[in-house]
Amino acid sequence: MTTTWKFNSFQRYFSKILFMEALEKLGRYSLLLYRSLRSLYEFNTYKKNLINELLKIGYESVPIVLLTGIFTGAVMTIQTAYQLDSAFISKSFIGSITAESLLIELAAVITSLVLAGKVGARIATELGTMRVSEQIDALESMGFNSVSFLVLPRVLAGLIMFPMLYVFASISGILGGLAAGYLSGAVTPAEYVEGARALFYPWDVTFGLLKAFVFGYVITSISCFKGYYASGGAEGVGNSTTQATVLSCIYVLLADFVLAAVFL
Amino acid sequence: MIEIRNLKKSFGSNLVWEDVSFSIEQGETVAIIGRSGCGKSVLVKHLNALMYPDSGEVIIDGRNVFDLEYISLRKMRQRFGVLFQGSALFDSLNTFENIAFPLRYFTELNEEEISDKVMEALELVNLAGTSEKSPAELSGGMRRRVALARATILQPDFLIYDEPTSGLDPKTSEEINQLIISMAKNLNITSIVVTHDIHSVLKIATKVAFLEDQGLHWYGTVEELRDSDNEELMSFVSASEYQIRN
Ligand SMILES: Nc1ncnc2c1ncn2[C@@H]1O[C@H](COP(=O)(O)OP(=O)(O)OP(=O)(O)O)[C@@H](O)[C@H]1O
Ligand SMILES: [Mg+2]
Repeated sequence: MTTTWKFNSFQRYFSKILFMEALEKLGRYSLLLYRSLRSLYEFNTYKKNLINELLKIGYESVPIVLLTGIFTGAVMTIQTAYQLDSAFISKSFIGSITAESLLIELAAVITSLVLAGKVGARIATELGTMRVSEQIDALESMGFNSVSFLVLPRVLAGLIMFPMLYVFASISGILGGLAAGYLSGAVTPAEYVEGARALFYPWDVTFGLLKAFVFGYVITSISCFKGYYASGGAEGVGNSTTQATVLSCIYVLLADFVLAAVFL
Repeated sequence: MIEIRNLKKSFGSNLVWEDVSFSIEQGETVAIIGRSGCGKSVLVKHLNALMYPDSGEVIIDGRNVFDLEYISLRKMRQRFGVLFQGSALFDSLNTFENIAFPLRYFTELNEEEISDKVMEALELVNLAGTSEKSPAELSGGMRRRVALARATILQPDFLIYDEPTSGLDPKTSEEINQLIISMAKNLNITSIVVTHDIHSVLKIATKVAFLEDQGLHWYGTVEELRDSDNEELMSFVSASEYQIRN
């Protein structure tokens, strides 16, 4: 009797703490983004960092995004060809499926998962190191708005660059698929293109761009949040970097699901 | 003048200190002493509201800094220069850019004027040849001095030094002490110096605040410190292996 009671109160106590902690984190996250949104007008503060971040998130990610796209498209084509290996189905269907899957899902999600590691980890480490070595305190103590200086340009750059990277990933994916189909003999380029064009809906691209936009926001905002509030020296920075990448991936997948449920 | 009233701060269940009250007059140099972990760094971070207390006030020019709107708070913070315990140089910028940083954003100076000012500041801290070096290439003492140059470049009214000499050799410590004294004298800066080093305290400070037992244990002038028979204070002082009475 007593043990059950004890267990219950323990459990209640524990879930209360977890719940409060989650709420507190959500509160701090929202506040951080509210603060960065409110400093949108301080363009001179973050101009330089914005350009820098556009280059880092965008330009420097192009190789890995192209690579991811090419392989995703190639694998899609070969696997689709394997699955549709039947005399009754037109080969051009391979092109349709590859292109549509890339545009609607893979180009956005797979590149975002890759970039969660690359971009997210970098942002969390940078801000985390600045936090624990008191550089953020130094900015604030000079009268700087550290949020508009550090967080805002990173999130903005993510919002701008992820849709562009999505375009790169889509194009390289479709071309990768075409090349793989041609090289493996699964489908001729003409059939592939014909299939891709037959089932092309502009809405797919709009939806893909929207996804990339949302994922860009998710990854940069979570990584900024984790880095900005890092604590506890080198180990703390390591922890927040890990959390930033893991949480980014989880929330990208979650957002993907929500978007699909809402828009499709 | 800075007036600290009934300040209390805790992190979760860990009470750092409570009921801390004292005031710092214009032009004074106040040393904050106390053992490691007693909350000296936390205390000075309240002066310009880098941290917020559980309760209490810090009054500067009649206004409680914790009540200030963010915009006016930032104005107020610009009156402070802070030398952080770990220097806190921006490691993406070289020495020159670190010192030029506040000038670029908060003044209308042109490149040439900025360059002149930065070079002058570097000379003042005896680091004339290092303007192109990145913080990673500097020694701890050099970083400390660059940070000092950066903290003073906008000619603040108040300067906070968090352990400016710890971990440095006696000669470099002495140089930094001299810099602190000359800043206070020449620029009429009000200084708040966190330190473990009683030797420095006696050299540079006019007043001393001693944190102990989760509160402000003792506050007085350096002369009063020399004559004090407060037990905890004396045991702290003698633990620093310095005989102040002879
Ligand atoms: N951001 C923080 N979060 C939680 N606890 C903190 C934080 N900063 C400081 N503390 C705690 O507050 C207490 C005082 O820390 P503080 O850094 O002010 O000590 P200190 O007097 O400056 O010590 P030292 O001389 O070693 O620098 C310590 O117990 C520390 O663990
Ligand atoms: Mg300290």
